[in-house]
Order: sequence, then C-alpha cells, then structure tokens
Amino acid sequence: MSDATAAPPPARGEALLATVTPRQLAWRRFKRHRLALVSAVVLGVLYLLALFCELVAPYSPQTRNVAAINAPPMGIRFFHTDGFHLRPFVYGYDMRVNPDTWMREYTPNVGKRYPLRFFASGDEHTLWNLLPSTRHLFVAEGGYIHLFGTDQLGRDVFSRILYGARVSLSIGVAGVVLTFVLGILFGGVAGYLGGITDRAVQWFIAVLLALPTLPLWMALSAALPVSWSPLAVYFGVTVILSLLGWPYLARQVRGRFLALRQEDFVIAGRLLGAGRMRVILRHMLPNFMSHTITAATLAVPFMILGETALSFLGIGLRPPVVSWGVLMQQAQNWQVIVMTPWLLLPGLFVIIAVTAFNLLGDGLRDAADPYNTGGLE
Amino acid sequence: MLRASAPGLERKVPDMDKPTDRGGPPADDADGLSAGPVENAEPRRGIARLLRATLARGRLLCAAIARIRLPYAVRRMLGMIPTLAFISIIIFVVIQLPPGDIVTSTLDRLQASGVEVSEEQVQNLRAQYNLDKHPALQYLHWIGGFVVGDMGYSYMFARPVNELIWERLGYTLLITISAMLFTWAVAVPLGIYSAVRQYSITDYTLTAIALVGLATPPFLLALVFLYVGFEVFGIPIGGLFSPEYREAPWSMERLGDLLTHLWIPMVVVGLGSTAVTMRILRANLLDELKKPYVVTARAKGVRPARLVLKYPFRIAINPFISTLGLQLPALVSGEAIVSIVLNLPTTGKMLLDALLAQDMYLAGSVVMLLAILILLGLLLSDLMLAWIDPRIRYE
Repeated sequence: MSDATAAPPPARGEALLATVTPRQLAWRRFKRHRLALVSAVVLGVLYLLALFCELVAPYSPQTRNVAAINAPPMGIRFFHTDGFHLRPFVYGYDMRVNPDTWMREYTPNVGKRYPLRFFASGDEHTLWNLLPSTRHLFVAEGGYIHLFGTDQLGRDVFSRILYGARVSLSIGVAGVVLTFVLGILFGGVAGYLGGITDRAVQWFIAVLLALPTLPLWMALSAALPVSWSPLAVYFGVTVILSLLGWPYLARQVRGRFLALRQEDFVIAGRLLGAGRMRVILRHMLPNFMSHTITAATLAVPFMILGETALSFLGIGLRPPVVSWGVLMQQAQNWQVIVMTPWLLLPGLFVIIAVTAFNLLGDGLRDAADPYNTGGLE
Repeated sequence: MLRASAPGLERKVPDMDKPTDRGGPPADDADGLSAGPVENAEPRRGIARLLRATLARGRLLCAAIARIRLPYAVRRMLGMIPTLAFISIIIFVVIQLPPGDIVTSTLDRLQASGVEVSEEQVQNLRAQYNLDKHPALQYLHWIGGFVVGDMGYSYMFARPVNELIWERLGYTLLITISAMLFTWAVAVPLGIYSAVRQYSITDYTLTAIALVGLATPPFLLALVFLYVGFEVFGIPIGGLFSPEYREAPWSMERLGDLLTHLWIPMVVVGLGSTAVTMRILRANLLDELKKPYVVTARAKGVRPARLVLKYPFRIAINPFISTLGLQLPALVSGEAIVSIVLNLPTTGKMLLDALLAQDMYLAGSVVMLLAILILLGLLLSDLMLAWIDPRIRYE
C-alpha cells in the first residue's frame, strides 16, 4: 500500500471522520474474505504442526511397530462397554492372517483398551536438534496408537505425515523465496532498464513458460547425484523448482514496475526532488510488494505440487527423508492402494495445504488492490 | 498452474505495460528519476544517440523484412527457430549434467553381471557413442540429426530412437488432445452456468470442486481412480488396452477397447485445467454481464440464452483461449506423470527410464518433441484467438 492511495474514507457524519491507514484498509478488505481467513488459520495450524512435529507426533518417523504392519487407522473412542469415559482411548488390534489371501487382517479388540495420556513420555526425540525430550502431545498407555494406520514396515502414518509436513511445507516456502529473488531481479532489471534488456528478458521468460515443466524437472532431478546428503538433495530440489518457477513472478514484477513508473505520484515525488532510491524504496516498492507477495503466495502450491510429484517418481527427495511425496511413493500401484488405502492420506494433506494457499492468495490479491472497495464505504 | 500470457501474444496485442518505442521515455532515460542535471552528460548522450540510430536502422531492416508478406503463421514458425535452438541447448545441458554417462552405467551393469571389460573396449564403446568428443560436437551431432529427422540411437533399448518414439508420442498426443477437448467440453458449459447463476448452490458446488480439482496432483487423482476402479467396479484400471488387444493389430474392436480405456487418463489429466478455465470463464463472463450493453439487450427482450451466448460469451471466451494454449505445458506435464502411474504406453515412463539411464538421445529427443508440441499448440491458440476475436489482427 502506498501513501499516495491513502485517501481517507469519505466522511459521512462525525463518527467516520477518523482516518484509516492503507494497511488497516487492506486488513478490512482481507477480513471480508471469509475463506481466505479460514485458510490463513488452517495454514497456521499446519505450519505449527510442522514446527513442533517431534512433540505432536506420538512416534518417530522410523519407529516400527511389528505388531501392527499395514494396520488400518484407529478411531479415538469415548464409550467403552461400561459406558462413557472422559479420557479418550483406542482399541488395540487382533491380527489374523487370512488363509485364502495370505493378507493380514486386523479387527479392533475391545479387551485391549489403551487410554490416551497427554504430555506423557514416549519415544525419545530431539526438538529442532536442540532439546532432547521424551514428551509427546499424546501417547497410548500400555499399547500403541495409529490414528492413520501404519505402512508396510509398521511405521505410524500419522507421525510420518507430520514429519513430512515439515519438509514439504518448508520446501514450498524456501522455493518461493528463491523464486522471489530471481523474479524480482529479472523482472526489476527488465522493467527498470527497458529497451533491449527488457526484450531479451521477455523472450527468455516466454521460452521458459513454454517449456514442458515436469519433464524438465525430471531431467534436472535425475541429475542430482545419488551420493548427495539428504540436506543437499533438499536444496537441490528447491533450486530446481525455482529455476522454472520464477518467470511468472518476474513478468508480474516487470509489469508493475513499468506501470508504476508512469504513475502520477512517482512523477510527483521526483518533481519534489526525491532521490531515485527514495522514490523506488519509499513509493514504488510498497506498491508492488503487496502484489508480488500475493503472487508469491499463489506460487507456493506450485512448489509443493512439484516436490510431491518429483518425490513420488523417486527422483526428488529420497528416503530416509520423509516428505508427503516420499510417503505417497509407497502407494504406487493399485494392489497396495486397494490393500492399504490409508497410505493415500498424505495426498489429502497436499490438497488441504494447496487449497488453503490458493484461497489465501485470492484473499490477499483482493486486499492488496487499493481500488477494490469490497463493499466498504 | 496458471500462466499469464503467450510468447507470441505480445507481438499482436499492445501490452499496456510496455512503453512504446516512440511515445515512451527514450532508452537512456532509465536514470531519469534522479532530479537535476547530470554531470558529463555529453559522452553518454553521444553513446545513446549512436545506440538509438542503430536501433532505428535495425527497426528499418525489420520493417523491410516484414514487408515480404509471408503468411502470419509462417512468420511465427520462423520465429520459433531461435526459440527451439535455445530450448535444445537447455535440454542438452540439463540432460548431460549428471556425472557419468551411458557408458559408465552400462559398464556398471556389465561388471555387476560378472563380465570383464577391458580398457580398450571401454574406449571403443565411448567412440561408438561419440562420448570421446567435445560436448559441443556431441550437441551438434544430436541436433543435426534431429533436424533431418534422425534422432539417433537409444543405448538403453538398443533400437533407433525414431522407432521408439513415434508410436508413444502418438498416444501422448492422443491423451493430451482429448484432455484438452474434455476441458473445453466441461469447462465452457459449467463456467457459463455458474456465472449466470452466480451464488446459487450449483455455483458454490462447482467452485468447491474446482478448488479441489486445482489442488489435486494428477498422480494422486490417478491413484484414487485405481482404488475406486477396483473397489467399486472390481477391475484393475490402467493401460490403454485390455490384455487381449495389447499386441493385436488395429481393428474396430481394438479402437473400441482403446476408447473405453482412454476416458480415465483424459479426465485425470484434464481436471486441473478444467478447474482453472472454468474459473476464468466465470470471472470474465461476470464482468461482461454487468455491462450496459447486456442490460440494453435484456431490456429489448432478447432471450437470455441467446443473449449470453451471442454477446458476452464471445468476449469472455477470448482470454480463455489464450490461456488454453498456455495450459498445454501443464497438460503435457500431467500426462507424463499420469502415464507412469496408470502404466500407459506413452512417452512419460520411457522418459523417466531414459533419464535415469542417461540415455541422452532418447531423453533429449522426447523432451525436445514435447517442447515442439507445446510451441505448435501456442501457435494454434494464437491463430484461433485472432480468428475468433476480430479486434485482434496479425500485426
């Protein structure tokens, strides 16, 4: 928001004479977008879960429960045979091998009742590699709890999704930050210098936008050496995702830059004797930052989906790193999906996160538009 | 994802943001923001004048070339040549990037199976695959062959790339085009409906579906289809043919079998762009429906269906078509991954294998052909745009 667009709201009676800053106006516009607000909350929760996944997850991502391999999700219950219990509990499984199909079949056993203990001790973990602890948000006393079931090795899907959230959600943001830098650099240079530079960048952007994204991503990811450490692969994938993601942002930055250069308030600032950097930083930047932040928000899903697709194909992140794409790699053929459909649950989280980012971006876009009254007087 | 504009479009539609060469500030006015006289402006002026003169001369030359009235489509195709040359370099570099090459991966395989390979044999192998030459020569060898229609030899399949690609590329094309037709067939009526009946229950439902459709990775949708197909219909979905027709020669029955399998990849690949185009069409149509001419027409008693289709729709469809061309990269990408999940005989799986084995000729040619496919699609969508919207002229 800029100072120039900070027209006070039209006065209608004494009460409305108070002035409102552009930021407050934007916030008011944003608040009217209910879905965007909800999405912001959903994303906040997801990122908090990702941040504190060691605490929230009942198990570490590699802990194996050999008593429950390929076990279905458990329901949290409050009613036992003897009536209502305030403390929630789960039923353990009875496993039997089906003599016809040789598959494990699980049935909840009312006799195995495991009550939940909150902030009790369980697997050892080190929060953010700093604070060793054994506390977990919840653990099942005397047994096990698998809210989303387990995979072929008996690892808890719920815990793995939370650990995966940390990688998948952060790679989206890291990728966008890099995209942002590249986009502003190229877009700004093109919009600022104009002329031949502008045309060259424009052409380059057009070429990149016309490339088949996924096949090129595949080619780039296949180029990541197998010997790289998980961290290096993580950064490699981030760079790869940004390399093809920046043109869209650069195009917008350039457009804004060119449009703003002609605006009256920029010319006014110049005529009043403001220096070049002051005009850019004080008057132009606040104006197009809101737009580019919006564009960046809308670019995060692109990154998350890209990471998921690459990891799913086995050429992005690799186990033992846990990401949503890596998790879904387990569910690659129909036999596995039919037997253990809960392995598709990471996909649900991808959909939730991407939808929330899309809606939030829509809301931000409307809020960032100073000419959108959005029904406000 | 949504992309804003096509490479060719700027040339025809005047870009609002772009300062015109004559009207806008001159090229050296970049520092025009700083107030006051600039010291030693003289030499810079001189350079600027020289630059401007050169530019003007260049523009004259371009105008002279443009005066040779080639059909627009041909000129656009000529314009694609430098783009393709650039893309081919990107592709070559990207694919040659990983350390090691096809010979090292072949050697690993041979040694794993206990075959002794002498240094001399290695050298022969390298020479045979041109790997002993400078990368630039390798590039020229590849692209030179590509241009005359010989895409080289696939080391992995031990067959010429041409043989491998054509049939698979045909299926890729089939799925991509049918996904695009699906997008049109579904997005247009639904987009119109949800604009005309804004804020109705159907509108909200469609919006919700579009949002989820936009957020679902194609491969996840394919997996869900696999699951539903087995649980509900009891059949393993996948492939483009039933087993009995897989190797059969072409016949009406085989064609019918193909069509019964085709709809799944078509829907899976097309859903994302259907969601996007439906939303765009809805937004555009809503903007148009508010305009006075629509009110006038309605007041004059034009029947609603005829009114919407005849006037606002024709304007609203315009950006829709230009973005359809840009959704091609998304469709091609979606097709690549869906075909791996659904086990379709298209280029996707072959590309993945070729990339992992560093089979340069095969992988490079596949990506290159996909890029050409997309560029041709963009050209088609631009031509169609000009055909539909009489306000747009070819330069």
